[in-house]
Amino acid sequence: MSEKKNPVVTEGEVTTFSQIWLTSLLEFLSGTRTFYFLVGIAALVVLIAAMFAVNAMYIGYRHTYGVTREIPWGILISGYIFFVLTSSGLCIVSSIGHVFGVKSFMPIAKRSVYLSVVTIVAGFMVIFFDLENPFRLLIWNTLSPNPTSNIWWMGTLYGAYLFFMTLEFLLLLLGRHRYARVFGLLVLIFGIAAYGNLGAVFGMLYGREFWYGPYMPIYFIASAAASGCTAIIFFTYLGYKITAEKMDRAMELSLQAVGKIWALFLTVLMFFITWKIITGFAGGEGKVLALKEWLIGKYALNFWLFEVGFGFLIPFFLLLISGFKNLNQMFAASVFAFIGFFFMRFDFLVVGQVVSHYFEFKVTDFPVILSYNPSIYEIMIIIGAVAFCIMAFLVGEKVFKGHKTEIH
Amino acid sequence: MFKGIKDWLLNLKNEGVEQVPDETKREFLKIGLIITGVFAGGSLFSVVSKVAEGLESSEELHKSYPYKPHYSMVFKIDRCIDCELCMEACRKTNHVPDYGWRTMILRRYDESALDQKIMFMPILCNHCNNPPCVRACPTKATYKDKKTGIVRMAYYKCLGCKTCMVACPYNARYFNEEKHAVDKCDFCWESRLSKGMTITACAEACPAGVRIFGDLSDPGSEVYKLVHQLAKPVWVLKPETGAKPNVFYTIS
Repeated sequence: MSEKKNPVVTEGEVTTFSQIWLTSLLEFLSGTRTFYFLVGIAALVVLIAAMFAVNAMYIGYRHTYGVTREIPWGILISGYIFFVLTSSGLCIVSSIGHVFGVKSFMPIAKRSVYLSVVTIVAGFMVIFFDLENPFRLLIWNTLSPNPTSNIWWMGTLYGAYLFFMTLEFLLLLLGRHRYARVFGLLVLIFGIAAYGNLGAVFGMLYGREFWYGPYMPIYFIASAAASGCTAIIFFTYLGYKITAEKMDRAMELSLQAVGKIWALFLTVLMFFITWKIITGFAGGEGKVLALKEWLIGKYALNFWLFEVGFGFLIPFFLLLISGFKNLNQMFAASVFAFIGFFFMRFDFLVVGQVVSHYFEFKVTDFPVILSYNPSIYEIMIIIGAVAFCIMAFLVGEKVFKGHKTEIH
Repeated sequence: MFKGIKDWLLNLKNEGVEQVPDETKREFLKIGLIITGVFAGGSLFSVVSKVAEGLESSEELHKSYPYKPHYSMVFKIDRCIDCELCMEACRKTNHVPDYGWRTMILRRYDESALDQKIMFMPILCNHCNNPPCVRACPTKATYKDKKTGIVRMAYYKCLGCKTCMVACPYNARYFNEEKHAVDKCDFCWESRLSKGMTITACAEACPAGVRIFGDLSDPGSEVYKLVHQLAKPVWVLKPETGAKPNVFYTIS
C-alpha cells in the first residue's frame, strides 16, 4: 500500500516457547489498574460460579438443577452447544484466511484461534458440571467406545480438536506459519466432523420428532458459522476499543468481509428455520405440538423477540444500514445476535423435549406439554462460563498484545 | 388327454367356504399375513424384522428369533385395576428409590368415551430390538444382552450424560443417585432371573394377571400364544419410532 509501516505488524518476534511464557508474563504484569479491575471482577464471578457448581455437584444435581426425568437436558447443554458452536464458527471463519489463504481474512486469524480455544474450554467447563460422572469420561470413553453413538464421536473429535487447536495457536505464536496452517487444516477437519456429530446427536434421535432428520448436522454447521462471525466482530471490535488503539485498514477490510459472510449465513439460517417450521406443521402430532409451544406457547417470547428479533432481524437490519462499513453498527448487531443465539440454542434444546412421551394416550399422569425452568445453580454456571470467556479475552488481548499479525 | 382335465375343471362346482373348518381358515389367513409381514395388526414387525423377508414356515420363523430366550411381556391391559402392587414389588425387589420408577401405571382418561372413562396402562422398558438408548450411549453402559435381548446397564460405565434418557421414546429411564448411574427395568435380570427364577417381580405380584412374562421364541409359552393369534388385537406403543419393542399390549 504505502511506504508507511503497518502498525499491527510487530517486529522482534518471539521464537521459543520459554520466551512466550516470559513475554506473556511480563505483559500481564504491566497492565493498567482498569485492566486488573476488570479481570478481577470476571475472575470473581468465575469463582462464585465455581462455588455454585461444586456445591451442586456435592449436593446432587437432582436437588439443585431444574432438569427432570422427562426433560433431562437443560440450559447447561444448550449453553454447551452455544459455546462449542461459537468455537466451531470461529474456527470455520478464521480458516478461510489462515488455512485457505484468502488474504482479507488473515488479520482476524490469531484472535479467532485464541478465542476458539477459550470458548470450547468454556463449553467443556459447562458440560463438566452437567455430566453426573465426569471423571468416568476419560476412562470409559477410551476403554468402551460405542461407534454408533454420536455423543462418543462428538466428545472424542472435540477432544482432538482442542488438542490440535492449542498446538496451532502455539505455532502461530512462535511464528511457524507453515506448520500452523497444517494444524489449522486438521482442526478444521476434526471440527467439522465434531459439530456434524453434535448435530447428529439430535438428528439421529428417532424417538424425538422435533429433532429427527438429516438436515440437523447441516443446520449446526451453518449455525456455527453465523455464531463465529458474531464472535469475531464482537471481540475484535472490543479488543480495539479497550486498548483505544486505532484499527488499521487491513483489519477493517477483514471485518467487513466477515460481516458479509455473516449476512449470508444469517440468511441461510433464516431460510432453514422457516422451512423447518413449515415442514414441521405437515408432520406428526408430536412435532406440531412442539412447534406450537415454540411459536405461540411458553417459548413464543423467546422465539419472536430473541430468536427472530435479536438473532436475525435486528442484526440483519443493522448490517444492511452499516453497508458493511460502519463498525459501530456491526458491533451493535453482534451484541444482539449473541443474545439471540443463546436463546436460539436454549429453545432448540428444550422445545425438543417438552412434548410428553405419552401425550397421544390422553394420560393424566403427565401434562401434554412438560415444563423446565433452569435453577439458579444452572444459571450461575452459565454466567461463570461467560465470565471466564470475558476474563480470558481480556487477558489474551493483554498478553498477546492485541493478537497482532506478523508479516509472513 | 388334456381335454379330459379341461372338462373336469369346467364342471367343478364352488363348494363354498361354509364347509371349511375355522381352524383351516385361520391357518390360511396366517400364511398370507406371515408372507406380507402383517401379523397381529402389523405388530409382528416389532417381534422380529426378519418376518418381512420371508416365505418361511412358522417353524422356521420361530428359529429366527434373535434371542433365546427372547424375553417379552404382554399386558392384558383391560384387567389392570391400578392397585400398584407391581410397582411396589418392583421397588422392593430392585431397590428403586422413591424419586424414580422402573415401571408405572398410567391413567388414561377420556371424557368422551362411550364406555368406561378411565383405563389403566402399565408401562416399563420395552426392551426394544432396535433400542435408541443403546445406539446413543457413548460408552456402552447400556447394552442389549446378546443372549436374552434384555436392555441392561453396566452401571460403572455410565457417565450420566443422560443421552439415553433423551433418546428413549418411552420415558423408561431415570438417574439413580445411589447407583451413580441411569437405572431402568431389566426384567428383574439381576434380582431374579439370573438367580434361576423365571418370572419378574411385577408379573408375580400382579393379582389380576395383567402382566404375562415369558419367552417369545418358545411356542409353548403364554406370551407366544398371546402374540401369535388373530382373534384379539395385539399392539405395541409408538411403533412409528421404529424401536421394535418387545412389550405387547392386548385385551383379555
